[in-house]
Amino acid sequence: MKNSKRRSGFLAVCIAPAVILFFIFMILPTLNVFRMSLYEKGAYSPTETFVGLKNFQVLLNDSNFIRSMQNMILLIVTVTIITFAFALIFAGILTREKIKGQNFFRIVFYIPNILSIVVIAGIFSAIYKPENGMLNSIIGLFRDMTDPILWKSESLVMVSLIIAMVWQAIGYYMVMYMASMSSVPESLYESSNLDGAGRLSQFFQITIPLIWTNIRTTLTFFIISTINMTFLFVKAMTSGGPNGASEVALSYMYGQKDAGLYGYSMAIGVIIFLFSFALSAMVNKVTDREPLEF
Amino acid sequence: MKKEKHTDSTERLYKFFIYFVLIMLAITILVPVAWVFLASIKENSEFYGNPWTMPKGFYWQNFVDAWNMAKMGDYMINSVIVTALALALLLLVALPAAYCLARFQFRGSKFLNTLFMAGLFINVNYIVVPIFLMLKDGDVWLKKIAGQGFLLNNIVVLAVVYASTALPFTIYLLSGYFQTLAHDYEEAAYIDGAGYNTTMWKIIFPMARPSIITVILFNFLSFWNEYIISMTLMSSAKGPKTLPVGLLNLMQAQQSAAQYGIMYAGLVVIMLPTLILYICVQNKLTQGMAAGGLKG
Repeated sequence: MKNSKRRSGFLAVCIAPAVILFFIFMILPTLNVFRMSLYEKGAYSPTETFVGLKNFQVLLNDSNFIRSMQNMILLIVTVTIITFAFALIFAGILTREKIKGQNFFRIVFYIPNILSIVVIAGIFSAIYKPENGMLNSIIGLFRDMTDPILWKSESLVMVSLIIAMVWQAIGYYMVMYMASMSSVPESLYESSNLDGAGRLSQFFQITIPLIWTNIRTTLTFFIISTINMTFLFVKAMTSGGPNGASEVALSYMYGQKDAGLYGYSMAIGVIIFLFSFALSAMVNKVTDREPLEF
Repeated sequence: MKKEKHTDSTERLYKFFIYFVLIMLAITILVPVAWVFLASIKENSEFYGNPWTMPKGFYWQNFVDAWNMAKMGDYMINSVIVTALALALLLLVALPAAYCLARFQFRGSKFLNTLFMAGLFINVNYIVVPIFLMLKDGDVWLKKIAGQGFLLNNIVVLAVVYASTALPFTIYLLSGYFQTLAHDYEEAAYIDGAGYNTTMWKIIFPMARPSIITVILFNFLSFWNEYIISMTLMSSAKGPKTLPVGLLNLMQAQQSAAQYGIMYAGLVVIMLPTLILYICVQNKLTQGMAAGGLKG
């Protein structure tokens, strides 16, 4: 009896601080996103008025919001496809082939992941500078550069963002897939070699199916984190400009908060929450396969 | 065996192609980073010509100016304090909680485990606005009661927010490790007369050292590099700032002021600690990723 009292006392002391902090700074704000989306609250009006779904009605007709959602979806789709295709192929090459300096490549490819997005934004501002940026000076070797390519202009800014985001993400996922691919037993490749399978068919018929569970989980998490990454990159690299051409949903939400429209900003937050849940549910459904074992 | 099927020349071509692609990728990563380091010791006049020229000399004045004029020194101290404080608090709170959630069955333990798992899906940047509003309301209330609010523009509060929002990932990673341990360790300790507390601190935590180091590494990187929460909770122009936010302000200002040297010196100041740490522990980090591979 006494022992069980001591046990629950110990458990309470250990768990309570974590639960309290988690509740105050994560659960409560999350609930607040949903609650405040139904209110009209501004920076300059101290009172809240309940307005029901009015914020959402305004949102549906807000062309800036719709553009920010489109930009976000465009970034998610292209960055995910490019990153995963390259990461899987490179990981497949590096684990299957005997490459000299494998460790060196692994160390180098991981570097972008440890840099702050602010640093990456600084690096890419040097790359994209119109007059004497790194990229334009290289392209200048091949074509006339009297009117330089404006990488941060309205028409190219999304492409510039995609390049920067892929540059940042690719190494991390490659190193991760190398870890899981190296657990595929060598004997499978040897026996398929005897059956005359080439490298390509080995990659698609052995490697990919066997690490499918891993790909599936990471894909879901990648998509969720890309929603967030679009925000970090846009905020540091372009601030949504020029003329809102690179605005994404989260940065638009943040902008509405700066403008003092708290309720409206939180309605955008609700849409982003629902969107991310729906998207991860969809990805889970689409990628569902019978798990293979080796 | 492969040699039997592929002729030697296609084999060699394939190998060459692989190396070519890998080296190109390595170059696209290394060159821009190295370029920033070189740019940080260039004089301002050197920024108007060909970007590929080597610096004429070591112009250390950039760093001196960044440290003093651009207040990078103050920002650096703030960043160090916030990161250290947040890490200490995080470990102190997350370690016991992860241990108990992973190894004890009690009423509500399933619910709490699920709750923290669900927390993995809540991104901090989705909820940064309500956190800001909550602290702002708190300040208004404190002003009424104590005459002064201290929740916003406070690096201690920022550290608490960092630690709290890192809890789900940290607990998830640590519980994963604690679950793999055999229950014999505790039973032996209890028989020897050790209480719950002693067992946890003296037996279990020392064994968990590799996971703890992984947790410290990942969270150090995310706290040191973070700027959205920091920017939001410490928005006052005269208040304290962390390094990334200070640099972001400088970058946005330099578009008109054109003080390139100082800006690149600031970038080096942020980048250097993370790069040095990475080179020291790169094995740990790339291995730890297999365990914590779910972090975004």
